Amino acid sequence: MAEHLPMQQFPGNARAALQNDAQRRALRAAADVFDERRRTAMATAPDWQLWRQTAREVKDHTLLHLDHYLEQFERNALQRGTRVHWARDAAEAGALVLGLARQAGATLCVKSKSMTTEEVRLNEVLEHAGIEAVETDLGEWIQQLADEVPFHIVVPAIHKSRGQIATLFAEKIGTPRDADAEALTAAARDRLRAKFAAAGIGISGANFLIAEAGSLLILENEGNVRLTTSVPRVHIALVGIEKLLPRVADLDVFLRLLPRSGTGQMMTTYQSLLTGPKERAGDEGPEELHVVLLDNGRSRMLAQDITRQSLACIRCGACLNVCPVYQQVGGHAYGSVYPGPIGAVVTPQLVPLANAAQLPFASTLCGACRDVCPVAIDIPALLLHLRQQVREGSGTERAAAPRWFERFAMRVVAFWLRGPRRYRVALAVARWCDRWFGWLLRWLPPLRQWRKGRTAPRLAARDFRTLWRERSKP
Amino acid sequence: MKGGADRTATAARAKRVALFVTCVVDQCWPGIGIAAATLLEHVGCEVEVGETTCCGQPFCNSGYPAFARPLAKALIGCCERMGVDALVLPSGSCAAQITHYPQLFAHDPAWRQRAEHLAERTFELSQFLVWRGMTKAPGRLQARVGWHDGCHGLRELGVGQEPRQLLRTVAGVEFVELRAADACCGFGGTFAVKLPELSVAIADHKLAQVEAARIEVLASGDASCLLHLRGRLEHRAVSVRTMHLAEVLAHGLYG
Repeated sequence: MAEHLPMQQFPGNARAALQNDAQRRALRAAADVFDERRRTAMATAPDWQLWRQTAREVKDHTLLHLDHYLEQFERNALQRGTRVHWARDAAEAGALVLGLARQAGATLCVKSKSMTTEEVRLNEVLEHAGIEAVETDLGEWIQQLADEVPFHIVVPAIHKSRGQIATLFAEKIGTPRDADAEALTAAARDRLRAKFAAAGIGISGANFLIAEAGSLLILENEGNVRLTTSVPRVHIALVGIEKLLPRVADLDVFLRLLPRSGTGQMMTTYQSLLTGPKERAGDEGPEELHVVLLDNGRSRMLAQDITRQSLACIRCGACLNVCPVYQQVGGHAYGSVYPGPIGAVVTPQLVPLANAAQLPFASTLCGACRDVCPVAIDIPALLLHLRQQVREGSGTERAAAPRWFERFAMRVVAFWLRGPRRYRVALAVARWCDRWFGWLLRWLPPLRQWRKGRTAPRLAARDFRTLWRERSKP
Repeated sequence: MKGGADRTATAARAKRVALFVTCVVDQCWPGIGIAAATLLEHVGCEVEVGETTCCGQPFCNSGYPAFARPLAKALIGCCERMGVDALVLPSGSCAAQITHYPQLFAHDPAWRQRAEHLAERTFELSQFLVWRGMTKAPGRLQARVGWHDGCHGLRELGVGQEPRQLLRTVAGVEFVELRAADACCGFGGTFAVKLPELSVAIADHKLAQVEAARIEVLASGDASCLLHLRGRLEHRAVSVRTMHLAEVLAHGLYG
């Protein structure tokens, strides 16, 4: 089973990723292409600021009344013959899905791309129980063949070049080493068609749940979602409770925003709206349709005004593509299911904060993520909030990763900055030290770290105030 | 906090102006402060320099907002005592930090109100100059100049068009629009020393565009970005000079 890198070791993971030139080249090129496509698509939408404001209002409203809409969804879904299950956490979700798979007597399951199933490590649960789980999204399948976790939430194999994929396929499925993209996809299609035909269950996530209709909507480009949700006898969708929208009409703005933000498309090739299992033999669709609603920490985010907006995310991946940190180190360095800026916000709220204490600091706070977010999530503000939680804790919660020395140093510096007289004394001392012991200072933190690849700044001989006094003299 | 009608009007009317040069400029690059004062006087303002230290941003960004509050209070108090019409900073990042002071006092209504009062009157230098009526920069500099957008100025205050507009009016300046001008330089405050290799890698992405554009001067509105970019340029022995916006706009007028 593919494993994540240790989340607590982001700095080390990032350093290692920076050494991987091939990955950096592929990642940079792909992220630029996706961002360029997004820009082009948005250029055709002069109202997009209004769209995202509308989308955010819909999300905020839904999240504030989530209990109401979840129950409404359940009622309407049941009425259409969909079975609705509730999972408090990853373990419950895994057990529920496994129970349903066993009930269906399945030994093979086809899956369409779903970050939520990654979150609960569903493939692992199924494989442990002897049920083969096959990813059918091409990128996701490539990652599965390579025994790697997804590198990106929308484009799982964004970091792999065609050449690398050809080599991987040659080793795993015996295609020629020099196969071109067309031959590679044809080989994948060939292998996956057989799996679709033989699978007892299909598993997917969903992009949106619609409360008034009891429906779920899944967007995709490869047709594999269509097959996953209609060929096997039983379909199971594992969906986070935040994916809810009140009305079908609300899809309007989201269907404009999500494809444009994610892949730069006006619309995705396929849009599958599932409302209940098939009613008559001969209809398209599964005989049984199950929706597993997953909490797994989401209701905690819901509880606070500041963190609630994390749940507005529609997983478009635009923030990853523009993030200067993600562009350099990629998805695996984060060590989390959800990488990039939104991952650095969501992960520390899904897993124990102490385990993800590094992630809120994996950002320059440049704010490019907030600019492109189709639901205007203030990611930098959330990162600052989480940084504070990590260092100081809040109320009853203890700090996840207090750094006693850092805290002490910060306290000392803050003390000397608190008054103009102290500040001048401190800086006079610093200037004296810089002059006589500069060589030593440059060997100590923080200048020691600064000097990794940069020359150290020096203090000016005279500060601004001195220059200003001289200038003001008559 | 972007330029609404109220803010542009406040800037246009401001007569007595407090200049807070920021701690980086004060201690590392004091000439920027003098250049900024020269420009403010050029648009007819009386410049006051208060007893200020640091805006507190490093503490907020590292997860210790409690340490930033006394600094914020000191700065608010200082500006109130001076009784100025506006507070101007030669830094988009520190100016943005001050516009965030109200959030820092979310649970303290009295200080929150004082913070709001200051936030409404706080400006980044280039925006202030343009809104105060500067149409032509007074300096003179013979050079090909590229511009680096500081992230906080650009994305939180909307500083983008103003510095470009002013740079183009400096006698002798050939303004070059860089590719990825709005890409982060990788400084990120304590990020620069917490994740130094990553910080430098991000700088290199930016500097590749700087080198490709064959500029002589890389200008920015934030001394902290420039500290980082200059450190990297020097380390790589690339002969591109870094200058703060104020130094370019007032070049040759002070010394």
